[in-house]
Amino acid sequence: MTSFFEFQFLLFSVLAIVSALLFVTRRNPVPAALWLVNVMFALSGLYVMLDAPFVGAVQILVYAGAIMVVFVFVVMLLNLGRSGITDLRALGARLGAGLVGVCLLTMLLMSQRQRLPQMPSAPAIPNVVTPVATSLFSDYLVAFELTSVVLLVAVIGAVLLAKKRVRA
Amino acid sequence: MITEALIVSAILFVIGVVGVLTRRNAIILFMCVELMLNAVNLSFVALSKLHGVTGQVFVVMVMTIAAAEAAVGLAIVISVFRHAGTVDLSSLKLLRG
Repeated sequence: MTSFFEFQFLLFSVLAIVSALLFVTRRNPVPAALWLVNVMFALSGLYVMLDAPFVGAVQILVYAGAIMVVFVFVVMLLNLGRSGITDLRALGARLGAGLVGVCLLTMLLMSQRQRLPQMPSAPAIPNVVTPVATSLFSDYLVAFELTSVVLLVAVIGAVLLAKKRVRA
Repeated sequence: MITEALIVSAILFVIGVVGVLTRRNAIILFMCVELMLNAVNLSFVALSKLHGVTGQVFVVMVMTIAAAEAAVGLAIVISVFRHAGTVDLSSLKLLRG
């Protein structure tokens, strides 16, 4: 049972990382977006396995269902789906980016290794959505309401930015 | 399992950073930023197993802000495309002296 769980966790992790690598190396934006959707799905599986099924569901609904659709929509609106010349930077910039990536990864892993206490895995809670909702609607109510204002402002701003200019 | 999740999160974040540094297509850059936000979300969820549900509340907030950011950012990309006819960032050098 435990080994099967760990196997699935490993499976989703590998799926996420491989999809992310494929995403970042695709030249054409449309396959890149689809690989990123794959990453989102794998992450959603990881969320469910980490006792956060609500976040997993929201991940699929919001990221895979809404945000990536907007991305693909914009790619197709601007007709960028042709795989023309590569948009990779020059070799020096790529090597520098790789160096930055290796340094950052080493730093992150080292800091995690130092800080993280080796905890035994917590017992599974039967109801995992209620505490989130209680916390969201009591302790973080102001922040929750403010995000609605942020969304409203973002929608109005997006419409204003993207609409065609009317010549005055 | 938390440790593994944090390692996966670090790897995904670094892939996003490398993507931002190596690509020039503005839309792919935005997608890399989304990947980085997702990596941080994975960290939040993994640590919420250790420290209570606050991490999951943060993830909901991050997703909301990410949606707002995607909407505004893509509107800016559309606006830039209309102005310059391309989304290649290296060809947008209006401010270069």
